[in-house]
Amino acid sequence: MTTLSLRAGRRGLPAWPRRAGWAVLAWVVAIAFFLPVLWMVITAFKPESAAETWPPRFLFTPTMSEFRLAVTGMGPFLAHSVAATVGSTILVLLLGIPAAYALSVYPVPRWRDGLFFFISTKMLPIVAAIGPLYVIALHAHLLDSIWVLVILYTAMNLPLAIWMIRSFMLEVPGELLEAARLDGAGRIREIRSVIMPIIMPGLVSTALICVIFAWNELFLAINLTVTNAATMPMFLISSVPQEGLFIAHLSAAATIASVPVVLVGWTAQRSLVRGLSMGAIK
Amino acid sequence: MTVLEDLSVPPRDAGVLPRAVSRRERWLRRLPLLPALIYVVVVTQIPFVVTLWYSFQSYFWNSTAPAHFTGLSNYTTVFTNAAFRDSLVRSVVMTATAVIAAMILGVALALLLDRKFLGRGVVRTLIITPFLVMPAAAALVWAYPMLDANYGLLNYLLAPFGVNHVAWLSVHALASVIVVMVWQWTPFMTLIVLAGLQSQPPDTLEAAKVDGAGALATFRELTFPHLRPYIELGILLGSIYLVNTFDAVRLMTNGGPGTNTTNLPFYLYQQVNNAFDIGGAAAAGVVTVILTIIVATFALRMFARVFQFEEARG
Repeated sequence: MTTLSLRAGRRGLPAWPRRAGWAVLAWVVAIAFFLPVLWMVITAFKPESAAETWPPRFLFTPTMSEFRLAVTGMGPFLAHSVAATVGSTILVLLLGIPAAYALSVYPVPRWRDGLFFFISTKMLPIVAAIGPLYVIALHAHLLDSIWVLVILYTAMNLPLAIWMIRSFMLEVPGELLEAARLDGAGRIREIRSVIMPIIMPGLVSTALICVIFAWNELFLAINLTVTNAATMPMFLISSVPQEGLFIAHLSAAATIASVPVVLVGWTAQRSLVRGLSMGAIK
Repeated sequence: MTVLEDLSVPPRDAGVLPRAVSRRERWLRRLPLLPALIYVVVVTQIPFVVTLWYSFQSYFWNSTAPAHFTGLSNYTTVFTNAAFRDSLVRSVVMTATAVIAAMILGVALALLLDRKFLGRGVVRTLIITPFLVMPAAAALVWAYPMLDANYGLLNYLLAPFGVNHVAWLSVHALASVIVVMVWQWTPFMTLIVLAGLQSQPPDTLEAAKVDGAGALATFRELTFPHLRPYIELGILLGSIYLVNTFDAVRLMTNGGPGTNTTNLPFYLYQQVNNAFDIGGAAAAGVVTVILTIIVATFALRMFARVFQFEEARG
């Protein structure tokens, strides 16, 4: 029945209006999806008095004042976020590249178990251990320090990175490795001069995925830091005051906090799928 | 060309079976793996061992009294306490609803994006953006500029349909949180399903067209079976991340009204930060981990299957 009517429709309408219809639908859906982000950015450019009105105002004189206001207290939060994100991502790569190598190029016995062990740690809910983590951090004098975030974000992203880097290493043509071996290259040189140059784009996208997750993380940060290591998501929370008008201020802060990762994600669209599927989808 | 990776094929030097290599060679191979392995074991497993230890202790971190052994009393509390059970059920409901809704939307959007049209790249970029927005920012933007009862954009957009200043976060709190979860994770599902769609061999679709198969029949008989492993992968990964949803709950509703949106992460957060109850939180954590292990065992098996599907097909 449905098939019949669909085909009748196909015969009834020439190809281009039907295609235009689909295109319009896709655009409408995309704009609907993007609307909250757009509204955030628009509101960020409003003066506070124009943000809290009914009906919402679409025409107003844009101002940077809320951005300026938001930026004033942001410095330390930004520095902590950058330190935790960059620090953990470097550590992930340092640990992840050799591990991925040991699971792909010259695989260890039972490499499959190794891979599944790493992925299984992603399934353990970190929230379950938050109380003891707090106590451990307290006794190790790591509470409210960047280091506790670096250490935990590394553990959080490492399994993902190992799976991803491994999938890139598997794509290095075997003949190249063979040739390097015949030239008498040792393993270190093989990694440095054959594998690394080829997987470099893959490493960049792995790093970007790690950056996204570390930058956006809130649960560990809110539980284990207060002021000395508070990150950007916590800066956002602090931009919501107990009273008074704050919607424009909040939107400006949210825009600033989101922009780095949105830009990173936009430029890394191609590798996003691969990273998010841990290398399963190429 | 997009393919799911085949885990069943041994990597690289298939000629040299790992078992046949010498003792020294085996250690040489293990060496690069060890730092990462030790790191992950120490950082992710030790906290759980400590959790197990504290789950048998009475320990309130705001009191000066030292931790002391209390036997199973923390567990008795966990199992008799409705708050834990409720938050557990709520976590399952929130995760399942959000993952399924995001997947249904994801398939629909992927089908839209699989066609060629003007500005497809831009549309794709717009659609993935919600996933990239910082979850804390997304939660706050939804909570105030979007859903505010007095000034919110949503009430304005819905006003023509008779919606009059609904206080979404108090009247429809759970639904509001789930909407934000779905909004953030639909792009993820879209990307994975789209990768699946684009890996479909075009000649089979062409053949189906020649044979006179309708669009719906083609989708049901060819496209959907092909997409299945991609959908399973999306659901699996989406669940792993969404079950830990904290930002939206903490920032939109703070678990409320009452405990209407208190999921497990938020409940444990409260145990530690408001009740200062490390022992109680640890016992709840241990029960959570045991339940997770049961679920994860199935999930891992699914993972292995999804990753090996190329072989099964070949």
